[in-house]
Amino acid sequence: MSARHALRPDLAVIARHMPEGARVLDVGCGDGELMAVLRADKGIDVRGLEIDPEAVEKCVARGLSAVQGDANHALADYPDGAFDYVILSQTLQTAERPDLMLDELLRIGRKAFVSFPNFAHWKMRLALLWNGRMPVTRHLPVSWYETQNIHHVTVTDFRALLTAKGVQIERSWFFSGETELGTAGANWRAEYAVYLLSRPH
Amino acid sequence: MATVLASASSSLQLPKPLKLDSGQVLDRVTLAYETYGELAADKSNVILIFHALTMDQYVASPHPITGKPGWWANSVGPGKVVDTNRFHVICANVIGSCMGSTGPASEAADGRPYGMRFPVITIRDMVRAQVALLDALGIGRLHAVVGGSMGGMQALSFAANFPERAERVLAIATTARHSAQNIAFHEVGRQAIMADPNWQGGGYYDSGKTPDKGLAVARMAAHITYLSEAGLTEKFGRRLQNRDAKSFGFDADFQVESYLRHQGLSFTDRFDANSYLYITRAMDYFDLAEEHGGRLADAFAGSSARFCVVSFDTDWLYPTSASRVIVQALNAAAAPVSFVELSAPFGHDSFLLDVPALDRVVKGFLE
Repeated sequence: MSARHALRPDLAVIARHMPEGARVLDVGCGDGELMAVLRADKGIDVRGLEIDPEAVEKCVARGLSAVQGDANHALADYPDGAFDYVILSQTLQTAERPDLMLDELLRIGRKAFVSFPNFAHWKMRLALLWNGRMPVTRHLPVSWYETQNIHHVTVTDFRALLTAKGVQIERSWFFSGETELGTAGANWRAEYAVYLLSRPH
Repeated sequence: MATVLASASSSLQLPKPLKLDSGQVLDRVTLAYETYGELAADKSNVILIFHALTMDQYVASPHPITGKPGWWANSVGPGKVVDTNRFHVICANVIGSCMGSTGPASEAADGRPYGMRFPVITIRDMVRAQVALLDALGIGRLHAVVGGSMGGMQALSFAANFPERAERVLAIATTARHSAQNIAFHEVGRQAIMADPNWQGGGYYDSGKTPDKGLAVARMAAHITYLSEAGLTEKFGRRLQNRDAKSFGFDADFQVESYLRHQGLSFTDRFDANSYLYITRAMDYFDLAEEHGGRLADAFAGSSARFCVVSFDTDWLYPTSASRVIVQALNAAAAPVSFVELSAPFGHDSFLLDVPALDRVVKGFLE
């Protein structure tokens, strides 16, 4: 019985497109939900990095390999090209320097899956327009003063960063709730996005 | 009162002399060890536990001298974190120690105690002796090796030097090399022992006098490094010992002084001063990277084991930064490694005490 149906859609996309036998690092692996699916479905011995010691403990208790550390600094401990894929799900917007973290992901891994909430979703825009206040939505449910999301980013912003860095987009996926959308109007319509990236050539 | 865990005390003389890192050879090496739980027919369920500096093989059985429960009796037993219903647990007294394995108090070839004629040993020598024990017992690959503090050093050394022999390596509150501060504290202890006139150059065994004062001071100094400042403050603060006012003298006015004196004195009942010299020396010499060309990652390059490294946030003897060095090297060697810094108030000694999060990690990792 696969646990995949229970995965968040962005994680499910990543799990679906991960080739068997790949060397994978899940940055911000939480309690190992995605790692467990990748192990069960793809036979991948995923490594995780997670800041919360209790979550790491749960990973270890599931027989998964997870290292407690702060992705802002701990990625520097991994050698170049150590992994085929590095996963960063819903964590980019919490990074001290998302641009530098992106560099690190593609230094450690040949390719990277990156997912993030799109701050230009129409509900966000409306909330700002009508209320003049920082939006609190089902996807970004925490008030501005206590949110971990210190670098809000839009789909268009992210694309611009990739262009500036010369990072290749292999594929992208956009979602509203559980529903996958097309690319058209993604910066308006997508609540969150998943990108598969590869290093500049 | 919990039921006494079925254990077996054994002792085995290694069939071959032990070649040491010093270049010397130790002949007629005996290892005393305890076992718990049944050995599976295919011998696949063995967990080897390495003990720390002043511990011994009595990991889960009462200590023969003090009568106290084993030093990890909370965690080792039927249905416990290290479940002896499933695993065959072996814990051997390290060479150089004084609880039945060959050490400075043992008889040399001339029938007299070695004393300081005992060769200086290393952590790797301790591990070699235990691997020779496993060989003699016909045990090949282990389900896991487990150790805290000096036990963790042995676990890492085992993984580096016998990479095919363990499936899992659990290293708790430990380091891959002794720091200047670690060596410094040990040197204080050694000097205290050697400054005791009863030490007599280490040849005290037949004199009827033992360097208890020196050994007690060594233990007191070391014991401070095992505790956290917050732990000491909480346990003792500045409270006075059985008195209402300071004595304006040098009696143990403070509870913490009385506690340390007791720790020091009771230690001399169960430990040999020369063993303390030799084992602390082995720890000070420990530098796993140095043994492997200066690069710690190379120490783990040949390993196929899974690793789990645990540190405690109040441990200033082998702090989290020391564990991170190990984890970094394991990452560089592409070894499957888990690492967690657990929060516990007891300092370095947390690895021996009741820390539920540690139980969960150990149990999960050994599954």
